[in-house]
Amino acid sequence: MINDAIAAVATPPGEGGIGIIRLSGQGSIDCISKIFVPFKEVKLTERKGFTLNLGWIIDHDGTKIDEVLLGIMRAPHSYTGEDVAEINCHGGSMPMRRCLQRCLDAGLRLAEPGEFTKRAFLNGRLDLSQAEAVIDVIRAKTDRGLKLALQQLEGKNQYINAIEDRLLRLNAMLEASLDFPEDVGDLDYEEAASILTQIQAGLDQVIEAGRRNEIYRDGIEVVICGKPNVGKSSLLNALLKKEKAIVTDIPGTTRDVVEDYINIRGIPVKIMDTAGIRLTEDFVEKMGVEKSREVMEKADLLIFILDVSAGINQEDLDIYRDIDRERLIVLVNKEDIEEKKISAAEIEVLFKGVKVIRGSVKNEMGIEELEKAVEEKILSGAVPGDGIEIMVNLRQKDALLRSRAQVVNALHTLREVPLDCLGIDIWGALETLGEISGKTLKEDVIDRIFHDFCIGK
Amino acid sequence: MIYEAGKYDVAVIGGGHAGCEAALAAARMGCHTLLVTMSVEYIALMPCNPSIGGPAKAQLVREIDALGGEMGINIDKSSIQMRMINTGKGPAVQALRAQADKHEYGREMIKTILGQERLDLLMAEVENIESEAGQVKFIITRTGARYECQTVVLTSGTYLKGRIIAGEVMYDGGPGNQFPAAKLADNLREMGIKLGRFKTGTPPRIDRKSVDFSKTIEQPGDEIPWRFSFISPPSRQKQLSCWLTHSTAETHRIVMDNIHRAPMFTGVIKGIGPRYCPSFEAKVVQFAHKNSHQLFIEPEGRDTDEMYVQGLNTSLPEDVQMQVLHSIPGLEKVHMIRTGYAIEYDYVIPSQAKLSLESMVVKGLFTAGQINGTSGYEEAAAQGLIAGINAALKVQNREPFILKRSEAYIGVMIDDLVTKAVDEPYRLLTSRAEYRLLLRQDNADLRLTEKGRQLGLVDDYRWSLFQAKRAALEEATRVMQRTTFTPANAEVGQYLAAKKTAPLHDRISLWELLRRPEVKINDFIERGWMPSSDSEILGQLEIQSKYEGYINKQREQVQRFERLESKKLPVDINYDEVYSLSNEALQKLKEIRPESIGQASRIAGVSPADINILWIYLEKRRN
Repeated sequence: MINDAIAAVATPPGEGGIGIIRLSGQGSIDCISKIFVPFKEVKLTERKGFTLNLGWIIDHDGTKIDEVLLGIMRAPHSYTGEDVAEINCHGGSMPMRRCLQRCLDAGLRLAEPGEFTKRAFLNGRLDLSQAEAVIDVIRAKTDRGLKLALQQLEGKNQYINAIEDRLLRLNAMLEASLDFPEDVGDLDYEEAASILTQIQAGLDQVIEAGRRNEIYRDGIEVVICGKPNVGKSSLLNALLKKEKAIVTDIPGTTRDVVEDYINIRGIPVKIMDTAGIRLTEDFVEKMGVEKSREVMEKADLLIFILDVSAGINQEDLDIYRDIDRERLIVLVNKEDIEEKKISAAEIEVLFKGVKVIRGSVKNEMGIEELEKAVEEKILSGAVPGDGIEIMVNLRQKDALLRSRAQVVNALHTLREVPLDCLGIDIWGALETLGEISGKTLKEDVIDRIFHDFCIGK
Repeated sequence: MIYEAGKYDVAVIGGGHAGCEAALAAARMGCHTLLVTMSVEYIALMPCNPSIGGPAKAQLVREIDALGGEMGINIDKSSIQMRMINTGKGPAVQALRAQADKHEYGREMIKTILGQERLDLLMAEVENIESEAGQVKFIITRTGARYECQTVVLTSGTYLKGRIIAGEVMYDGGPGNQFPAAKLADNLREMGIKLGRFKTGTPPRIDRKSVDFSKTIEQPGDEIPWRFSFISPPSRQKQLSCWLTHSTAETHRIVMDNIHRAPMFTGVIKGIGPRYCPSFEAKVVQFAHKNSHQLFIEPEGRDTDEMYVQGLNTSLPEDVQMQVLHSIPGLEKVHMIRTGYAIEYDYVIPSQAKLSLESMVVKGLFTAGQINGTSGYEEAAAQGLIAGINAALKVQNREPFILKRSEAYIGVMIDDLVTKAVDEPYRLLTSRAEYRLLLRQDNADLRLTEKGRQLGLVDDYRWSLFQAKRAALEEATRVMQRTTFTPANAEVGQYLAAKKTAPLHDRISLWELLRRPEVKINDFIERGWMPSSDSEILGQLEIQSKYEGYINKQREQVQRFERLESKKLPVDINYDEVYSLSNEALQKLKEIRPESIGQASRIAGVSPADINILWIYLEKRRN
């Protein structure tokens, strides 16, 4: 654990031009060299301290995640006194998050709150002559870090606690039947199965709520698509409420993906307007078309626009064919025009089960309804009773998922393996959940046995 | 008047289950040993329930046995009934339990003690332990005999300032109306050892002749001749039954009508009692919704009519105990031979000991058994064995013998005792063991016999039996892994179909085939697919094959666990120098002085952040 390589985002959360991910500890430069491809022929591991390197952070498959500036500092001449690397990446939360994820993939551990400062102190980088005072300062910082983490978990506590409580009850039931068979008798399998099912549902809720919050923190990607001149750029502008895309009446004016960040009901949304997708000989436009398909595949949500005055033709159907309906909202545009060539019946048949909004971008008709639909669609699958305010960080999410896996395994093997084997998963699920709060729960299980069961000879 | 009475390597104070194991181990390891007891007749006394074993406890007895201890052999000689408990709940929690003939158990142990070379028995009360420069030097008896000794093992049980309570009646005393040891407790305090106070209790004993067994349910023993010790011959003795009855609404009414006279609730009893063994009155009050509790009537021996009423431990006044008994089906006309009572006693707060059970306050002083705040004969015996071993090793200038949590229940228990806050009489539970599936009663010999041999506790007879068993196991495993069948084998196909399990798809070994729940090893032998063997060996093969997946999972967990255990904390570490530890962690670390990072991480109040800081400090110190 000592001096192991850690990483964390060092800049304040939120959108900024540049974001810094700091890495520190033994092997941190080795780790980063696995996921960083420099522009120039340099070997990171041989670079001296206080050097800057331009290059790419690359994904598993070698694709580029972000162009970054990488600073190297060598021990002991760094903030923490250890080998340090600082990745200056683009400030959007998406690139930062993905870069950080890659660091963790490469073997770095996510730093605890205040851990860089703590290391700096322990490595003598902070003035030890004023040791007593410094300790207080560091304490305060760490405690605040801790408090922040706790605050972050505050809303969660009641939910995690409820799951923990059920797991405690289940562990106590099982253990009591093993340690006090004559007082307690056999495990009630029906009840155990029902508790396990509740626990699984509870974990799903928390994981899902965490995902929802991730959405609020990291945002989503929405792509506007449709054949040329149905009003894609106008919609982008209406959502942006400012002119960015070129809006003309000539089909195919928008030649590239135009993107921007907007805020839809508190959700940060990266919204992209695609070039009109249609069969064309125009080379430039062809590039645009390909890019559009790529973007559409990756998007969290697609808004497919139809022109009510133009009716539905083969071109619309070609686009529609490639769209994943799960991620789709249809906007029937230009409803302000008298002559309507799309009937309600047609929509009913064609878009069964898909959210369809009728409106007019020009007159700002249906925009609000559309925003609402985006929110609903993105948060769908999320649990109702949205009181669960949980920020789940990567480490916590990892613990939740591992705990869930053990619960699922226990459910599957409930009547098939003997109780001592079942106990490995049932205790494991609780122990893993305990990692979130840093609690060791063994004694709590024993307390629970005596609380719930009349034991005694 | 004090006189010089002799010189010993090891002196053991107390002749209970801990003291007997300690004295025998030290003497067997070559130390000139003295065992001092207040009453020779009461050696290895069972002042409470007449049984040994059960979940976690059976594993302890098997571990004691594998290490060359005496408890397993002694109960095999003196049992009146044996039952395997938790069959069908998995091999890790299966546990043997014996009903003991209390008197025979004591008599057999006295024989063994008296027959042991290098071991002297002495009936006396030790009043003082004297140390010189923080190292034990002498023990002094009430009659003035002073013995010089290099190490002392203190196993005085519940005798320290013992106080007996039954209703309004209370007096100073040890269990079974023995004298208490008062001076020794003061002596320990004077040496700077911190003591706490616990409470425990025992039920009334009744006369078999006055019980109407027709109103109870018979609980016979198993027909199978079980044994605790890996070297005992199988028991062929006739088994005696226990009998099950229960309390009634009338019983509970009597208790509630007299609750104002119950010392448990009037504030008379101040010591903390065990939750797993509450008094009957506590059960009635705390579980008011239950209108009946089960009670077992158990014989105390073959040559006595005294019977033990399991489940009815109480300190209610004698007249109320009588009424309570008479309200129980089958006991309407029962005659009470002994009154139930509670006993309060001083214990040594065990966090003052090292993992070797040597005191951190006084060098050369070891404590074991109930004096360390535990309960149970098996827990006492296991600690006694370890304390005796380590007292001997210290005399011989050898490294202490410490079992890890991943190696034995003994390791789990001692680590708990010295690391965690013991706030009630400690009882071992299988749920306290993280690696339960590895610490089974069936493999205690495979885990520990070799260690016992290295210590000099495993004699040639046990060693040769063990080596033969291990070789047979290895050979049978090899045969099973080498013998393979293809899907084309018609005989195997028929067998699998008869067992209603899937046909083979690939070549499979006998070892792999045995993993299927429907398949039994005896079927292989019946069909001549592998040679027959001793039933213990076959059972072992079956467990190792069937649970291989889970066992491997636990082995991986153990590897992670041992990484932290192997990070040793220096003996001279000054925690005040370790900056930024939390206050609570600092205080606990100074008090408990853990021996490894792993042990430190189990202390309540030491957070993962504190562990990181400690680790960082260690690394810096090393560089």
